[in-house]
Formats: sequence, structure tokens, C-alpha cells
Amino acid sequence: MGELTWRHCKEALMQGTMVTAATLLFGSLLTLLAVVTVKGWQGMSWAMLVRLPKSGSYLGGEGGILNAIVGSLLLAVGATLLALCLALPVALLLQPDYAGRTKFAQFLRLLLNLLWGVPSIVYGACGFALLVALGWRACLLGGIIALTFVELPIMVRAMDEALRMVPKAMKEAAYSLALTRWETMRHVVVRQALPGLVTAVLLAFGRGIGDAASVLFTAGYTDNLPRSLFDPVASLPVAVFFLLNSPFAEVQRQAYAAAFVLLVLVLLVSVLTRLLAARLSRYLVR
Amino acid sequence: MPHIVVRNLTVRYDGHEALREVSVEIPDGQITVVLGPSGCGKTTFLRCLNRLIDLTDGAKVTGEVLIDGENILAPDTDLLRLRKKVGMLAQKPQVLPMSIYENVAFGAWLHGVRDKKALDALVRDCLKRVHLWDEVKDRLFAPASQLSVGQQQRLCLARSLAVEPEVLLCDEPTSALDPISAQRVEELFFELKERYTLVLVTHTLRQAKRLADYVLFFYMGELVEHGLAQRVFSEPRDERTRAFLAGVIG
Repeated sequence: MGELTWRHCKEALMQGTMVTAATLLFGSLLTLLAVVTVKGWQGMSWAMLVRLPKSGSYLGGEGGILNAIVGSLLLAVGATLLALCLALPVALLLQPDYAGRTKFAQFLRLLLNLLWGVPSIVYGACGFALLVALGWRACLLGGIIALTFVELPIMVRAMDEALRMVPKAMKEAAYSLALTRWETMRHVVVRQALPGLVTAVLLAFGRGIGDAASVLFTAGYTDNLPRSLFDPVASLPVAVFFLLNSPFAEVQRQAYAAAFVLLVLVLLVSVLTRLLAARLSRYLVR
Repeated sequence: MPHIVVRNLTVRYDGHEALREVSVEIPDGQITVVLGPSGCGKTTFLRCLNRLIDLTDGAKVTGEVLIDGENILAPDTDLLRLRKKVGMLAQKPQVLPMSIYENVAFGAWLHGVRDKKALDALVRDCLKRVHLWDEVKDRLFAPASQLSVGQQQRLCLARSLAVEPEVLLCDEPTSALDPISAQRVEELFFELKERYTLVLVTHTLRQAKRLADYVLFFYMGELVEHGLAQRVFSEPRDERTRAFLAGVIG
């Protein structure tokens, strides 16, 4: 075989590998989505969405999962907002304009990568220890704080990458106009990085709303809606876990319905945020 | 006293000398062209004049740059005051992620012009001075990135003017433009030198000949020769300048 033929073969082989990998990935994801959608749809009813569980719910009786839907939204939105307040300043500090070129920044990035890999049950356990030390019981606030720590590493790292994609020349243009670093960040860098920043928030939100382990001990579980930050609160992932453990087929169908609701919630939030970001990124320089 | 006096300016990047002992006075209200082949330290020299060099990793600057008698390389220099006085136009037009109007108004707004009418007038005036007003007056609030590259460079110039600088540094400002846009920008420089001191980097000899009142010729990090444009172009004193002008090097 000639050298040229071999190189053409390699090209075809590599492209084949890429397409196969992508097909496998999308195939399994679509199967998963299909299973959750089909099974979830069967267990779905209007009552599921708007009713709280009743005493007989876990034996296959009536009642819904409103407690888990509301709980998950409160937990994930709360944690995402809290994480945002911390992540953006930290991500800005990691830029070369501030501390980005120092050893401290390198260390912080390493630490965040490490925290990213920490299993969320560890955050749950630490959160639980903290609650006990404070003399609190499992509650909405506890869950929000634990989830914030689950979300923070993803959010900061994704924001850091998005901010670093802003061309250096654009920042220099801003500095040449006698802008301070903060003015440059606030009016130029953040605007230009907006789609990436939105993605960072969405990634974190997605991880937060889907996490069961960190809220299991810290937020607890209840059939009721929380009246304050210090009441325990249910969540969809924990609901899925409980319901799926039931021996009753009826209840297991509810678990799939809960998983389906979780998917739809993430989808809705993604689409809405994307639409908002698209409106805001009209002025982006590409 | 000239606006800008440079004394013994040396810049090292991680040990490599990009500029060596440069001393020169830049005349006021004229176009000073910084000429030389690629990589000879022209841009480095320019970036020292508004301390944008601070943003370059590993750059170590020694010597003095006096602007109105004040050494701007001193660590306690107020960079905002300096950069307000010394504006810059980059090689590749870099519009900011905002509307055409905001691109011009933004700097002035941050520097304290908050009155809407004053801002409107300023934007109109600056856009007129770069001959962009007629092309954009009906779409002032469209994204600046929608403009053509040539228009973007004129917008960048208008944006610099809006901050009311006294000196304008231009780093090969026409090299990314098509010939017609480049010519329009060059014509603008002639109009601007009435009110500003212009320092313009170029590696095109023909552009230098068209624009320069005063010439600094750099070669391998050294300021080889400087003087009135006519003199440098007609009777260069240094061997290397002669070689560059004859097209033997560069």
C-alpha cells in the first residue's frame, strides 16, 4: 500500500471512529430520555403535579409530588443564586487582569478541579455535621448551602474559561480608554462573555437540581411544603430514590414521573435562559 | 518643552532585549512615524507610552518617559489620567460589545459626561470628525460589530477622540484595512494633527513617506536614526537606514 493510500485510510478510519463514538453517545442518551419519557408519561397525571402526597401515597394510593417539585426548585434556584454571588467574583479574580498570573490563582484552580471531583455525598455529610454542630435540623437553608458547594466548582471553572475567551485586544481597547479593571470587567468582559457565563450558571443549576446525595441529609424529606428556610424540604431526586425503592408498581411509575418532571424542569430552565441570553448577546463581537 | 521625552528606555522580555537605550523627543502637534521592519520593537515602544506594556507578561521596563515633565514609568503614576491623555488605536479594529452610539459615548460617560444631550452632541461630533456620521446616523443603536472593518477602525478612532486625549498612539492602524478604507483613515490623520500629537507605527515605507513629519527608525530594538521626515528620507545618515530605505533589509 502506498503512503498516500495509507494516509487516506487513516483519515477515513478516524472519521469513522468519531461518528461511531457520537452515535453511541447519542444513542444511549436518547434511549435514556425515551425510557424516562415513556414510563414517566404513564405515571403522569395532573394530580401528580399539583397535589401533595397523601398518607397512602407510598402504598400506591392517591397524591402527587408537588412537595418535591417545589422543594427542588427552591433548593436549586436558591443554591444557584447563592453560588452565582460567589462564583462571579472568584472567576473575575482568576483573570490575568487581577490575580490570574499568580501562584495563588494556579492553586485555586487546582483546588476547584479537586472540589469538582468530590462526590456530592461528601458535601452532604459535611453539611450534616455542620447542621448538628449548629443544633439545627435538616432544612431548606441547609440544603441550599450544601448544594451551593456542589455547584460552586463547576460554576467558577466554567466562568473562568468563558471570561478567558474574551480577546486580550478587547480588554486592551478598554484600558486604552482609561477604564479601570472593574469597569473593563463590568462593561466589556462580562458582556462579551455573557453566553459562556449563562452556560456556566446552567451547568451548575443542572447539577444542583439533579443531585440527591447532598440534600438527603441536609434538606431532609417531607410530604409538606416548607413554610420557612428552617423547615425540611423534599426534592425530586430524593423522591425518585424513595419511590423507586417501593415494591408497588404504581409507586414506581410515580418515580419515573418524578424523573420526567425533573428533565422537563431542566429543559425549561435551559430554554428560557438561552432565550434571555440571546436577547442580551445582540451586541457581542464575534 | 516637547510633550513626550524618552530617556534611556530599555525593555526586556524574560531577558531578551526588545528595546535598547532609546532616547528621543517627540515633537508636538505633528505626525511622528515609528518605522522599521517587523519585530524591531516599534510596538513595544508605543506600548510604553501609555503603559499598556504593563499587561505584557514578563516585560521589564527601565528608563524614563516624560509626558509634560512627569515620568509616567514611575510606579505611582495614575494610569487612568495617563491613558485619558494618551489615547491608542490598535492594529486590528476592536469594537466593544455594545452599540455604535455606546462605543463612542461609553468612555466619556465613565469619565463623567452624564448629560444625555451633551453625550449626544459628543457622539455626533466625534463621528463627524472621522467621517462616519453620515454612514451610521440612522442606525446608531445597531451593534458596532455589524460595521465593515474600515468603518470599525474609524469608530475606534472616534471612540478614542471622545475621551479627549492630547496624544494619539496608532499601531499600524491601516494594516488590516482594504486600500480605500486605509486611505480614508490616513486622510483623517492629516486632519487630526492640527489638534493632537500623533505617534504612528508602520512597517510600510510608502505610508511613512505619505504621512510623516518626523521619523524614528528602529532596527533590532535600537533607535537607529531619527529626524525630520524630509531629511531622513533624502539623506539618511546610518547605513541600516539607507539599506531599509533602499529595500535591501526589512
